[in-house]
Amino acid sequence: MKSLQIFSTRRSNGIFFAVLCILTLAAAALSLWIGSVMLSPGQVLDVLTGREADLTASRIILYSRLPRTLAAMLAGAALAVSGVIIQTVLSNPLASPGVIGVNSGAGFAVAFVCAVSPTAQQYTPLVAFCGALTGVLLVTTLSWRTGASRMTVVLAGVAISALFSAGIDAVVTLVPNAVIGITDFRIGGFTGVTMTQLAPAAVLILVSLGIALSLSQQMDILALGSDTAQSLGLSVQPLRFILLVLAAALAGAAVSFCGLISFVGLIIPHTMRHLSGENSLPLLLSSALGGAFFVTVCDLLARILFSPFELPVGIILALAGAPFFLWLLFKQKGVHT
Amino acid sequence: MIRLNNLSAGYFGKSTIHKITMEFMPGKITVLLGPNGSGKSTLLKAALGLLPPMNGEVLYDDVDIRQLKRRQIARKAAFLTQSRNTPSIQALRMVLHGRFPYLTYPRHYGRQDYAIARNAMEATGSLQHEDTNVSQLSGGQRQGVYLAMALAQDTQTVFMDEPTTYLDIGRQFQMMQNARSLAREGKAVVLVLHDISLALRESDCIAVLQEGRLLCCGTPDSVYQSGILEQVFGVGVHRMNTPHGTQYYCIPKEM
Repeated sequence: MKSLQIFSTRRSNGIFFAVLCILTLAAAALSLWIGSVMLSPGQVLDVLTGREADLTASRIILYSRLPRTLAAMLAGAALAVSGVIIQTVLSNPLASPGVIGVNSGAGFAVAFVCAVSPTAQQYTPLVAFCGALTGVLLVTTLSWRTGASRMTVVLAGVAISALFSAGIDAVVTLVPNAVIGITDFRIGGFTGVTMTQLAPAAVLILVSLGIALSLSQQMDILALGSDTAQSLGLSVQPLRFILLVLAAALAGAAVSFCGLISFVGLIIPHTMRHLSGENSLPLLLSSALGGAFFVTVCDLLARILFSPFELPVGIILALAGAPFFLWLLFKQKGVHT
Repeated sequence: MIRLNNLSAGYFGKSTIHKITMEFMPGKITVLLGPNGSGKSTLLKAALGLLPPMNGEVLYDDVDIRQLKRRQIARKAAFLTQSRNTPSIQALRMVLHGRFPYLTYPRHYGRQDYAIARNAMEATGSLQHEDTNVSQLSGGQRQGVYLAMALAQDTQTVFMDEPTTYLDIGRQFQMMQNARSLAREGKAVVLVLHDISLALRESDCIAVLQEGRLLCCGTPDSVYQSGILEQVFGVGVHRMNTPHGTQYYCIPKEM
C-alpha cells in the first residue's frame, strides 16, 4: 500500500482534506438543487436561509431533498467509518460491517416484523437498528467469551450471520407476503426518508463519530498488533469491544433508515488508506468525508439518470464503486508482500 | 528489576512453562536458549504480563504484576515482538508510539516525546528513515525502527523475541551491539536467540529451557562447561581461542 500514497506530508494532507470537504459540500449542494423538478439555485438558497420562498419549492426541499441529502451523507459517513473501525479491529482490510452481523441481524429483524405485522412498516428503522445491534452484540459477546481474538470475531460473525440468514429464509417460506418489505429493505435506498426517522439515527451517528475520533490514538496502537499494543500499555480486549460496539452503532444507525447498503463500508476505507495513509485520525476523517461524498453523488445519479424513474442507489454504488475498486487492486498488484 | 518466582504459565489452562524462578539483572544481557517449543516465548509473554500466571508470581521491583496496570507495566518493560503488523505509517510516527505509556490527557505527543523518539532512532541507526513509510523499509531497517520504538518506551527492562531472525549477519551483529549498549546504560536486556555461538559470545547470562523447565542459568562459560547445551540440542558445542577472542561453534554430533 505505498506507491499510491500521494498525501504524506502535513501540507498536502491539508490540501487533500480541503478538496474532500469542498467535494462533499458541492455534492450536497447539487443534491439539493437537482432533481426531477428543476429549481433555481436562488430558490434553494431562499428556502435554506428561511427567506420567503415559493411554497412548492420549499416543500420539495424541506420534505424531500434535504432529508434525503442528509440521509445519504450520514449513511455514507457512518458506514465508511464503521468499516475503518472493523478493519482496524480485525486487522483485515477486507472486513466490512457485514462481517460482524450488522446486515443479517437487521435483515432478520425486519423480516420477522414484516411477517408478524405487515402494518408495522413505520417501525422498520427502529426494528432494523435493534436487529443490527442484537446481531453485533451476539457476535461480540460470543467472541469476547472465547477470548476476543481476531479469528473468533470473524468466525462468530459467520456463524451468527448463517443463523440469521436461515431465519430470514424461514420467515419468507412461511409467510410469503413478508417478502415485499424485505426486498425493499435489502435493496436499500433513501426514497421517502423523513426527518423524524433521521433525527435519532443522526444523533447516534454523530456521537459515535466523535467517540471514534477520540479513540484514534488507541486505534493506531491497536493496529501494531495485539502483543505490541499490550506491551505499550493498551488494554486490548476492552478497546476491541468498545470499537466493535461503536462500529455496530454506526452501521446499525445507517441501516435503520437506508436499508442494506454495504459496499461503502468496504471500498471507502480501502480507498482512503491509499490516499491519506493509515494513521487513524486522518483515515477516519477522510473516510467520513469520502463516504458522505460518494453516497451523495451515487444517490444523485440514481435519481437523475433515468428521471423521473429512480434506480436503487445500491446499483449505482456498485456500478460506480466496483470498477474503481478493481482499478485500485490492480494498481496495488505487486506492491503487497 | 523483574523476578520470576516459581512461575507456571501457558495457554488454554495447560501450562507450557513450569515453576520457573529467575531474575533479569540490570546491566546484563540475558539470553534464553532452548529448542523450538521449549517455552521461551511463553516465558517472555508471562514476564510481560501478556499471559496471566497460573502459579507462582512475576515481581516488578517486588510488586506482583497482577497489582499493576498495563500502563505501569509498559513503563517498566518493553517488548520487541517476533511477529507483528506493519502499518503503512511514517517511521517516526511509529517510534513515537513508544511514548504511549506516558501520555496523559489530551493524548498529544509533546516536544520531549519527539526528542526521545529521535534519540532512540539515532541509537538504532534508523534516524535517516524517520520520514520514510515503515512499509517501504527493508526487514533490517524495519527492525531498527521497531527497536527504536521499544527504546522510546524508556524502560528498565527490554525483552526481545528472536531479534536477529531474518536479519543478515551484519545486521545481527548490529542488533547485538545495540543490546550491549543498552546493557551498558544499566538496562536489563533479555533476548530469545537461536544462534548458540552468538549467545555464548555476546551474553552475560544464559538460561537454558527444555520442555518448559529451566535447566540452568549462569554465565556463558559455566553453561558451556556443564555440557548442557550439547545434551539439550543434540549437537556438539566447542570453543577455541582465536586472535579475535574465544569463539564458540556448533557441529553435528557424529563429527
